[in-house]
Amino acid sequence: MTYTERLRNVSVLGAGGKMGSGIVLLTALEMADLSQKAENRSQPFVLQAIDISHAALAGLMPYLQVQIQKVAEKNIVRLRQVYQEREDLIENSDIIAQYIADVLNIVRPTTALEAAYESTMIFEAIVENIAVKTKVLSQINTNNLNSPWFFSNTSAIPIHELDEKAGLGGRILGFHFYNPPAVQKLVELISAKTTQSELLDFAGSYAKNLRKTMVPANDFAGFIGNGHFMRDFLYAKGEIERLQAEVTFAEAVYMINKVSQDFLLRPMGIFQLCDYVGLDVCQLILRVMSPYFSGENLHSPLLDELIAQGVRGGQFPDGSQKDGFFKYEKNRPSAIYDPKQKGYLSLADLQSGCDDSLGPLPTVFQPWKAVIALADKDAFLKTYFGELQALNTLGAQMAKAYGLRSREIGLQLLSQGVAKKESDVNAVLTTGFYHAYGPINNYFSEVSK
Amino acid sequence: MKKMRRKVFMTAGYNTISMGTGRKEFHPKKARPGLEEYIKEAGQGTLKMIGGAQAVDEGVIGNFMAARFNHQGNLTALIPTIDEGLRWKSCTRVEGACASGGLALLNGIKSVLAQTAEVALVIGVEVQNTVKAVYGADILAGAGWYRGERKTGHAFFFPAKFSDRAGVYFEKFGRERTRRALARWYRNAIENARLCPSAQEYHNKSLDLEALAMSEPNPRSFVEHLNFYDCSKVSDGAAAIAIVSESGLKRIGCSTKEAVEVLGWAQVQADLTVPVTEAFRLETTERAVKQALKMAGITSADLGTVEGHDCFTIAGIMSLEAIGLCKPGEGPDFVLAGNTSRQGSTPFNTSGGLIGWGHPTGATGVHQAITIWEQLTGKAGDWKIDIASKRPYGLSVNMGGNDKTLVAIVYRQGQ
Repeated sequence: MTYTERLRNVSVLGAGGKMGSGIVLLTALEMADLSQKAENRSQPFVLQAIDISHAALAGLMPYLQVQIQKVAEKNIVRLRQVYQEREDLIENSDIIAQYIADVLNIVRPTTALEAAYESTMIFEAIVENIAVKTKVLSQINTNNLNSPWFFSNTSAIPIHELDEKAGLGGRILGFHFYNPPAVQKLVELISAKTTQSELLDFAGSYAKNLRKTMVPANDFAGFIGNGHFMRDFLYAKGEIERLQAEVTFAEAVYMINKVSQDFLLRPMGIFQLCDYVGLDVCQLILRVMSPYFSGENLHSPLLDELIAQGVRGGQFPDGSQKDGFFKYEKNRPSAIYDPKQKGYLSLADLQSGCDDSLGPLPTVFQPWKAVIALADKDAFLKTYFGELQALNTLGAQMAKAYGLRSREIGLQLLSQGVAKKESDVNAVLTTGFYHAYGPINNYFSEVSK
Repeated sequence: MKKMRRKVFMTAGYNTISMGTGRKEFHPKKARPGLEEYIKEAGQGTLKMIGGAQAVDEGVIGNFMAARFNHQGNLTALIPTIDEGLRWKSCTRVEGACASGGLALLNGIKSVLAQTAEVALVIGVEVQNTVKAVYGADILAGAGWYRGERKTGHAFFFPAKFSDRAGVYFEKFGRERTRRALARWYRNAIENARLCPSAQEYHNKSLDLEALAMSEPNPRSFVEHLNFYDCSKVSDGAAAIAIVSESGLKRIGCSTKEAVEVLGWAQVQADLTVPVTEAFRLETTERAVKQALKMAGITSADLGTVEGHDCFTIAGIMSLEAIGLCKPGEGPDFVLAGNTSRQGSTPFNTSGGLIGWGHPTGATGVHQAITIWEQLTGKAGDWKIDIASKRPYGLSVNMGGNDKTLVAIVYRQGQ
């Protein structure tokens, strides 16, 4: 079966979710491009967008409409060529409207899992629960006579377990998009030992056509991305406990968040990142990972407590941020949750005191956004962390320890065999998490000397 | 017309800000002024300087595509919104693509010559940021021949037309030198605009402008021979000026010194459906300028300053040759030698031109006349240049479409 034939009938499971809807979008665009080639025009291309929730599917179509329009506007020069034989399409607006209609025409939203029985390719982006995933994949596999390929978007569950438990015979691999798939460049590719090589070849072409950067990770729970993120979070959580000897919970959250964002030049602080991903999603990932790393404590009672109090984070369908560790106003933190008081405390009341305790940032400081745009970023980072090293303030000390721990986690991923090489770990953190530098670096090890 | 049968003056020019990307106030998702606000601001600005609406006999408004950008036609009926005193007076709307402003000026001039008006209020306006650039390109493509050219045309129709011209020019006269001259043109435009608070590029803080403008064009996302810096931006804005006779000047209480006199003008029309054959030159511009200079009885060597129609940098360079300031193919050298900079022999586009001040299409012709009026009467602010007493003349060249509709006007300070 050729690449094109494989993509003639595709199903996306969990199509109404944040990850699923992005996968639907990218795959439908790729299928539309294929369908417009002269040799493919007589053949229908079908993408079954499957979700258990009618409400989620209702949100999917407007999302696709808006996103396809953006893609069409950006690619108008090429699209005018694609539609050059259509005499009735003259202005850019005519062509864009036709392209949107053509891509949407490929997508069939449905709540019926049976729709996947005819597909040759199944993308799975459903809940991070191995039992649920196994049941669904196994059901499709049993009823589908095409021996379909399964691409799982799991961010944590080992692929070989899904393969074995659902009886897929090596027709599965992990193809882990980052959130949101339409924007994030990174895809983690996870192959189980049993994964058939044809799937890997296909994945390479598919990722290339989607203009994604594919980084291979070994088949260990959490892979590289969450392997780092979860341990980074657990360290930060430990820091809250340590700091609470001196300051309140909210103050500790603020300070650690600021250290992990501003002092370490990251796009957002660690607790803001948890809110972005969703506290409940973090909890699920930890639950999945925990049994595979028996020597480590990968459990956070704090997350359990917050979730039990209804503090969950995540995003609204329009992409705006729901409240989690922080309360958000116009997508910016405005208050911090206090589990004892079961309510939010205004950031303004504690900010300046905490900033004083942390001390100033290095004088050469520039925010993350400016740093990643620097032509001589490496030179800047060297100067910046050189200055940070010389500082003895609380903020600098916390940042140095935090950076060292992040490095340690990176090296741990290597020694545990999760990552194949250092550069893969750094690539995941810089492309998937948009860090200005990878965790395996010498900025902090020099500090420790 | 070989000579003016009556003296015609322009005075009391008023520009709104040229609004769009680059201005600090501009945010694509926030509400902004529309046609009504721009027309009112510019019109009232001029009325304030000429003693109010009662002094005005006639109104003329130039606009290109409000029907599509703003879903508004019948713009002539917006003139009385400027002032109640304009209601029941004679008003006209004219359209000639990006030369709509120039055509509006000519309508005012002709009315004064015909003695149907002693004082005409002339306004140009365009509000284009109502749609994204990709759709704006469709609307602006209306300045080309829709039935004959649009389907086969580029997504960015006009940038591609001038990119094609640039390609031919590069081929004939050399790319490297011309490319550097285009970058210098951009730098001059931005440096001038930085002096003029109403300019769209007034807030531009880029350090190495020429290096920026040397960016390689990207035909995958834009056009083959031009980059974004080679193009005037999408702008909203209006400009207004009074066109008056000698008795009109007395009526509005304005001395001749505070006005510019129109010494010559030309409106030359090419055929929209006839393809350009010599893409390296602007033939219609050449014809219009020649006629206007002849009528004024001067040559291009007498020009102290020029407002040229640099919708694209390459059009700026080619206009130098069309005006006769240098020979064909020597435009790049003329620019690189500094002649068109504000300290040069013939300062061009001293408030930024279309690239620097902005290009609210229907307003551009009027804005050009205002800049000349400001320079020749000493009313320019920080963007004032020295006008040599031996060369006291100004020229404005306003182009509609791909060198199709041309207006050229020659001015001198009132004596």
